[in-house]
Amino acid sequence: MKQVNFLQPNNNNLNTYLFSGTILVALSIFIVFLNSFFKKDLISFLPGTISFFIPLILGFIGLHLIRIDYSGYKFLDAINKNINTNNFNAFLSLLIVFVIIKSLPPLLSWFILDANIAGDSKDVCTGSGACWTYIKIWFNRFMYGMYPNPEQWRINLSFVALAFLGCVGFFATEKFKKYLTLYYVVVYPIIAFFFIFFFISGGPIFFDFSYGIIAAVISIILGFFIPSKFKMYYFIIVPITIYILLKYVFFYEELIELGKLEALEWVETGAWGGLSLTFIVSFFCLIFCFPIGLFLSLGRRSDLPIIKYISIGMIEFWRGVPLITVLFMSSVMFPMFLPEDMFIDKLVRVIIAISLFEAAYVAEVIRGGLQALPRGQYDAAKSLGMGYWKMHILVILPQALKLVIPGIANTFLALVKDTPLIFVVGLLEIVGMLNLAKTNPEWLGFAMEGYVFASVLFFIICYAMSKYSYNLEQKYKTER
Amino acid sequence: MSDKIIQITEMNKWFGDFQVLKNINLEVEKNKKIVVCGPSGSGKSTLIRCINRLEEHQQGSIIVDGNELTEDTKDIEKIRAEVGMVFQQFNLFPHLSILDNCTLAPIWVKKMPKKEAEDLALQHLEKVQIADQANKYPGQLSGGQQQRCAIARALCMEPKIMLFDEPTSALDPEMIKEVLDAMVNLAKAGMTMIVVTHEMGFAKEVADEVIFMDEGMIVERAETKEFFANPKSDRTKLFLSQIL
Repeated sequence: MKQVNFLQPNNNNLNTYLFSGTILVALSIFIVFLNSFFKKDLISFLPGTISFFIPLILGFIGLHLIRIDYSGYKFLDAINKNINTNNFNAFLSLLIVFVIIKSLPPLLSWFILDANIAGDSKDVCTGSGACWTYIKIWFNRFMYGMYPNPEQWRINLSFVALAFLGCVGFFATEKFKKYLTLYYVVVYPIIAFFFIFFFISGGPIFFDFSYGIIAAVISIILGFFIPSKFKMYYFIIVPITIYILLKYVFFYEELIELGKLEALEWVETGAWGGLSLTFIVSFFCLIFCFPIGLFLSLGRRSDLPIIKYISIGMIEFWRGVPLITVLFMSSVMFPMFLPEDMFIDKLVRVIIAISLFEAAYVAEVIRGGLQALPRGQYDAAKSLGMGYWKMHILVILPQALKLVIPGIANTFLALVKDTPLIFVVGLLEIVGMLNLAKTNPEWLGFAMEGYVFASVLFFIICYAMSKYSYNLEQKYKTER
Repeated sequence: MSDKIIQITEMNKWFGDFQVLKNINLEVEKNKKIVVCGPSGSGKSTLIRCINRLEEHQQGSIIVDGNELTEDTKDIEKIRAEVGMVFQQFNLFPHLSILDNCTLAPIWVKKMPKKEAEDLALQHLEKVQIADQANKYPGQLSGGQQQRCAIARALCMEPKIMLFDEPTSALDPEMIKEVLDAMVNLAKAGMTMIVVTHEMGFAKEVADEVIFMDEGMIVERAETKEFFANPKSDRTKLFLSQIL
């Protein structure tokens, strides 16, 4: 009797199986495609529920037919190996493909086809798609917040300068490579602070900043004539001297009053906002929370009881309080404890609060790395005559920090995404600006576009950071 | 005094309630090679870890090269710089290349110029025959090579005493020989060495004296030939009969 086997192909009818299977799969995808893109239902003559499942059933049978151990066709083998290994996987694969096909047209039409970007008022947004006009009109506010338009070049210039100074490391010659860490950990944050607070704030305080710049430029020019032996001290002493001379001896303020010099317009931090504020807050919190966290983690492992318990107390306190209350307290309660005439800027307070908060998390992440190191590393470092700091800086921390790069990246990403919370103290970074814009009576009803825009921006920032952390991981990988 | 480089008197050490070292008295003269042997848990490793204060002793005194080991950390770092140590698990720094492993301590602890430190390191790496691996990372080397690098790293500090804590126990038999060869060469060059090991062949070849420890006490100390030819205590005889 002839063996009848419908479902298992053999050598003779291999091509028949392949052919009919391919046709079935193609047919099922074609049905869904027509249905989704052109609203045409090929199988509408069937009852509703059945016609809904028909593509799935056809595709399923088709995939079953083409599931052949080794066909010799590269493409087919790849499909069989990756998405068609058994009935269940075939089913899931089909489902995913159909969902993608089904969801493409609405997404496309919302984002691009039916969207509006022309014009400059709400009236042009008549289609069913997104109203990118809204983003276009508000773009400036989303980037710079309430910062006055004519002064926005200051923010741009600051960021360009900081980006440039941040890239200095790539151009450093071999001779200066060993100072790079010092530069990034100490010098760069100070420069960044001066730029952002004195340059973006402007006002009379801006002159402190310009004295600083003048002092730095003069000392660098003079520096070429100084023997290299004294350079280290020179670059600390001379700029400070010039700065003090400018401020207290030459009295540049008097020149301003006489109208000979014009100060930059004063912009208070409350007016800063939008994406630039997101960057400012994230940047400072990142560079502050890391060293604080590092010291807390070392402190928690210290043998000295006072340092140890202070560190534990700090870590547990900041980890135990929600960020939103920390921010609220920093802006409302903290000033009550300060003397009457003392004033700390709201933004500074917020940055300190977030830094301390995130430092507690960073500390615990780093402690995880410290604990993962075998005791032998400590023994070896000690046996070579290294003290506590040399041992940690040269041997322990490079290894521990390398281990915790993913964890630190995690914390930093969380930090960046936590910044919108500063709206509770009235600082409006990008999400805050969105919330403000969507309540504007002229632009009601475009919240969706705003949030999509913000998520795209946040995704770009966070993805870049995560990529960077991955590159760091690869760079410092020395194991086999 | 002059040629007694290590003097341990009446030293006791506890881990919690458990006494690991009991009433240790030990004097080591300059340029002597001493092998410490004994069953596991007898306190051999703890003893030599006490000599550069990786472990603290609670009673008695340890004087290394005229300095007593106390709470004062300044002195301890100075002593540790003069006492090289080689560990069972190598403990190379995996984030640094072999050359950097060797130059790290001379540059940062002894403040040696980088160029000089590198020359010195290459010289010592040459002695243990891994100079050609200088730019690789520890993870890329075999166990034997790593241990020889660890020896070179300790030698780069130009120590007066070398301590070996079971340097061959984590190696497979083929690699033991290359490490032992490096140690024999070092011994012939006149280094003061204290070696905790189970390699009795090595002991016979280079040791001036052998110390046998059991249950935290020094059971027997004798000239090498004497120790193997006619051990005095029964415990030593039993031990030797089992491992020889």
